Amino acid sequence: MALFPETMPRPEPDMDDAPFWSACAEQRLQFQSCAVCGLLRHPPAPICAGCHSTEVAWVTAPEEAEVFSFTVIHHASHAAVADNLPYVVGLVTFPNLPGVKLVTNITEIPPSEVRIGMRLTLWWDDIGEGMHLPRFRPA
Amino acid sequence: MASSARAPHIVGVGQSAYTRWGGIQNRSQFQITAEAIVAAARDAGLPVSAIDGLTSFSNDSNEGPVMQAALGIPELRWSAMVWGGGGGGSCGAVSLACAAIESGQAEVVVAYRGLCQGQGRRFGRAAPTRTHGSYIAPFGLFAPPQMLALMVQRFMHLYPITEDHLAEVALSFRANANRNPRAVMGDRTLTKEQYLASRWIAEPLRLYDCCLETDGAAAVIITTAERARDLAQQQVEVLASAHGGGAGWSTGPLGSQNMPDDTYASTNNRRLAGELFAKAGLTPDDIDVAQIYDHFSGMVLMALEDFGFCGPGESGAFVAEGNIRHDGGSLPLNTSGGQLSEAYVHGVNLIIEGVRQMRGTSTAQVADASTCLVTGGLGVAPTSAILLGRN
Repeated sequence: MALFPETMPRPEPDMDDAPFWSACAEQRLQFQSCAVCGLLRHPPAPICAGCHSTEVAWVTAPEEAEVFSFTVIHHASHAAVADNLPYVVGLVTFPNLPGVKLVTNITEIPPSEVRIGMRLTLWWDDIGEGMHLPRFRPA
Repeated sequence: MASSARAPHIVGVGQSAYTRWGGIQNRSQFQITAEAIVAAARDAGLPVSAIDGLTSFSNDSNEGPVMQAALGIPELRWSAMVWGGGGGGSCGAVSLACAAIESGQAEVVVAYRGLCQGQGRRFGRAAPTRTHGSYIAPFGLFAPPQMLALMVQRFMHLYPITEDHLAEVALSFRANANRNPRAVMGDRTLTKEQYLASRWIAEPLRLYDCCLETDGAAAVIITTAERARDLAQQQVEVLASAHGGGAGWSTGPLGSQNMPDDTYASTNNRRLAGELFAKAGLTPDDIDVAQIYDHFSGMVLMALEDFGFCGPGESGAFVAEGNIRHDGGSLPLNTSGGQLSEAYVHGVNLIIEGVRQMRGTSTAQVADASTCLVTGGLGVAPTSAILLGRN
């Protein structure tokens, strides 16, 4: 069963970031990089901020991540999360892939035990209609 | 303080009544915004017809050309808006006005903001579409308190900042509001016990760490030193103004939070602050009072560091020593009660309070104050700030 109910907002892929989401649909977490200079970026962008090339490559993220920051959310700003309170939104980095951060959820741990620097591992949440979202649990 | 003939001065301030969210239902947001502009002109002793520039920020829905026609302004020479969805551009709207005044492209410019959240979209609720919204909403990150809680959490991890320091911000500002009859929380006191017992919104932010949600409108009028000399009010010069942002911020905390690691737990003002003080020929030690954008208590602490009032990581100790209090503090902050306790007009109410301090008319007046820092929204992009001086 998905972490949140089906009324939860879903990703809305656009011309610039569709490959990120189609990879998620296939349970692959991949970040965009510049095909010329290799600069990693997130969210996907239509031009490299370093060399201004528009050629892109995709780099598969490691499954191990680290908590850069997090918040325990106690107030439902959207009706879809009312039965999930409290829940943890984490901002994670990848020790083996520096340069990008990912907003995600940290699950399978009491919210009061989440710490910055904690090691996490990726799991895929099936949100229906062929889409999966990357979420994390303690390693 | 000598100033050139075109040095920008704030000569008028105007505001609507401030109410709780949804409190203004019988009159439109546009109407109270127009009234705030008229009040600012009256305060300045200028006819509305003298206005020839309009600026705003944050996609203000009270459109300038419509406002021009509604107010019967004969000729518009400057019509500009600061990009960005948060309150980052509040002082930026003043900096746009100053650019027009200093360059001679306009003579009398109004910077304004109207916000009736009961009539339109409520700012603190989930937005249907945000740039980069796909990277946050499906994960339950919907609203600014949640988004900036992540930055404050990181800040409190890096430095010795505790809930006691966040509380000091909330309690100091509430004490100021209790002296201000215009403040929405003017008659509501707040104790440390009440603060600690208040519910979590998004850890580490409690209810009282978050700004109010209110309805209201506010406007300030900027013109040249030459004109200011002939007008009604105490002259208040804009000694320096700036808006902008650092590398890689993009939508920042309101988007995927991919700010650079070394500026993540910052207000995105470090360069701006240095350039602002340099332009005015001042240092943080020269500032008598400040109005710092208080959407969230923890961001105010960050700003004390980024604007150089204390060193990195020292803001907790700085506020614990009583420095930001009106009574005896070395740098009284948010003397109207700020957005935590006066009203949330996206920072324009803070600019008005800065002007009141320079006029000597604040309800929490700092004796002999002659310099005031006002900042725009913190930790977003772009950000902005102004330095005001009493001439």
